Amino acid sequence: MSLVTRRTTPPTDSTVAIVAPNHRGGAPRKRPTTVAGIALRTPYWVLTAALALLFLYPLIWTAISSVSPLAGTNQTDGWGFGNYVTLANYQAGIWVYLLNSTFVSLLTVLLTLTISLLGGYAFARFSFPGKDLLFLSTLAILMVPYATLLIPLYVLLNSVGLSNSLVGVALVLTMFQLPFSMFMMRISFESIPRELDEAAMVDGCSAWTVLWRVLVPAVKPGLITVGLFAFLAAWNDFMAPLILINDSNRMTLPLAISNLRGQVQGVVDYGATEAGVVVLALPCILLFLILQRHYVRGFMSGAFKG
Amino acid sequence: MSTAVRGAGQVTPVRRRTTRARRRGAVTGWLFALPTALFVLLLFGLPLLLVLQMSASDWPLLGGNQGWNFPANYVEAVDNRFFMDSVWFTLKYTVLTTVILLALSLGLAMLVQESTRWKGLLRTSFLVPSALGLASASLLFYVLYSPIAGPFADLMKAWGFTFLGTPDGALWSTVFLIVWRYAGFYMLLMLVGLQGIPEDVYEAARIDGASRWQTFRSITIPLLRPTLALTTVLCVTGSLLAFEQFYILTKGGPDNSTITVVQLIYSMAFQGQNDLGVAGALSVIVLLALVVINIAQIRAFGRKAED
Repeated sequence: MSLVTRRTTPPTDSTVAIVAPNHRGGAPRKRPTTVAGIALRTPYWVLTAALALLFLYPLIWTAISSVSPLAGTNQTDGWGFGNYVTLANYQAGIWVYLLNSTFVSLLTVLLTLTISLLGGYAFARFSFPGKDLLFLSTLAILMVPYATLLIPLYVLLNSVGLSNSLVGVALVLTMFQLPFSMFMMRISFESIPRELDEAAMVDGCSAWTVLWRVLVPAVKPGLITVGLFAFLAAWNDFMAPLILINDSNRMTLPLAISNLRGQVQGVVDYGATEAGVVVLALPCILLFLILQRHYVRGFMSGAFKG
Repeated sequence: MSTAVRGAGQVTPVRRRTTRARRRGAVTGWLFALPTALFVLLLFGLPLLLVLQMSASDWPLLGGNQGWNFPANYVEAVDNRFFMDSVWFTLKYTVLTTVILLALSLGLAMLVQESTRWKGLLRTSFLVPSALGLASASLLFYVLYSPIAGPFADLMKAWGFTFLGTPDGALWSTVFLIVWRYAGFYMLLMLVGLQGIPEDVYEAARIDGASRWQTFRSITIPLLRPTLALTTVLCVTGSLLAFEQFYILTKGGPDNSTITVVQLIYSMAFQGQNDLGVAGALSVIVLLALVVINIAQIRAFGRKAED
C-alpha cells in the first residue's frame, strides 16, 4: 500500500532530495496513525530495512572483518590492524601504490576538466566547421569496447616511449571519460542564458575572459560532477593499468590488491585483501556521501531527460 | 532592447558586427575545441585504425608487425576452441543481468519515489555500492564467497556447497555481485524517468478506476520507454563487455565455464598465445557485433514507440 502513498511533504531529507517528486501531489492520503494502521505498516518497515541492509551488509562485513581475527592472516587473535600492516608492507609498500593511484587520478581529473571545459564551451557557444563531426566522434568513444582500444593503445604508447607510464594511463583514462564529460559540459553551458556572455562580450571581454570570469562559476555543478566521475573512474580502473603497466613499482592500487591475493606462497591472504578493499573503497564512499547532492543534481540537470 | 535599436535604423551595423563576430567565432571555437580534437584523433581515431591493421596482420606481442595476413587472424579467432563457448556464455550472462537488474532497479525506484526521510535513507543505502569500483566490488565478493574467510564459510562447510565451485554457481554469484553494485545507479536513472511522467496522467487513471497493475502496465511502462531504452542499451553494452568481475572472481573457471569474449581477447593478447593479430581480429568482431546489437535495440525501441 505504501507503494502508492504519495505524500506532498517538501524534500526534507538531506540525501537525494533533488529526485523527490514533491510536485506529485494528487490527493494526499494520510499515513495511518491508528494502532491497526501501524501494525499494518510494520511488515513494510521490516522489509525495506532488510533490503537496505542487504545493500550495506557486504560493506559493513568487510570493514569489520578486516580488523577481526582470522587464521592464516597477520591478525590471528584479538582485534587489531594486523591486516593493514601486511598491506602496508606488501612488495614495494602500499604507499607507492597509493601514490601511483593518486597521481593517475588527479592527472585524469585535471585533464578531463580542462578538455571538457574548453570543449563544452566551444560546442555550446561557437559554430565552426567540423563541429558536429567532432562532437559525434567524441560520443562514438562510448560505442567502442574498452578492450578493442586498449590493445592498439598499448602498441601506440610503447612506440612513443610511454610504455609502463602512469602518464600514459592517465591520457587513456581521460579519453575514455570524454564522451560523458563533453556531453555534461555542453549541456551545462547550454543551460546558461546566452545573454549572460553576450553582455560581457559587448562590454569588450574576450572569449577567454567570458569563460573564466562569467561562465565557470555558472557551470560549477557540471564541473563537480565531471571531476567526481573522472576521479572515481581513474581511481578504480583496473583494465587500463592491467594492460599498460608491467612494472610492479608502477602498479595502481586495484591492481596491487588484486595481485596481493596470490602472493603468500599461493595461499590467499583474505585479511590483507579485506584491508585492501577498505583502503580502495573508503575514499570513494566518503566522496560520494559528501558530494551526493551535487553529483545527483549535475546528473539530473537534463542529461538523461526525455 | 533589440527592437529599440532596430527602430533607430541601425540594423546594418549590428548585422555586420555579428557576421564578423561569427567568422572570428569560428577560429576561437576551433581553438577551444582543439584539445578535444587532438585527444579524439590521437587516442581514439588512430588506435581504431591500428586495430584494423593489427587484425589483418601477423603481429606477435613481442615481435611487432610482420606484414599483412588477412584473413588468417579472423579464421583463427573464430576457430578458437573457446570462441563459441565465450560468445554463448557472454550472451547468457548479458540477458540474465539485464533482465534482473532493470526489473529490480525499476522496483527500487518506485519504492523510494516519494520524498520522506526514511525513503531518502533507503535511496542512499541502495546507491552506496555504486560508489565502489567494479574491481573493488569484485575483490570484496571474492572474500565474501570464500569458503575459508567468508561469512558463509561455516554454512558452506556444514551444507557442502560453494559459490564459485560450479559453473552455474559462479555465473549466479557474479550476477548477484553486479546487481548489488549497479542497482542503485540504474534506480537513479529510473527515478529521472519516473519524474518525467506528469501527475495528471496518473490522476486520470485513478478517476477511471484503473487498478495499480493496470496503471503500471498501461501508463508507467509506456511513458517510461525512453528511460527503458537508455538503461537497456547501457546495461546490455556493459554486460557484453564484462571483464573485471570474471577476471577477479572466477578467472574464467571452473573448467573454463565463465570465459567472456573480452577475457578471451585479453588472454589471446597477453596470456600464453601473445598474439595481437588474433586479439585484434576478435576486437573488431566484438566492435561490429556491438554496433549491430545497439542499432537493433534502438530500432526496436523506436518502432514500439510508433505503435
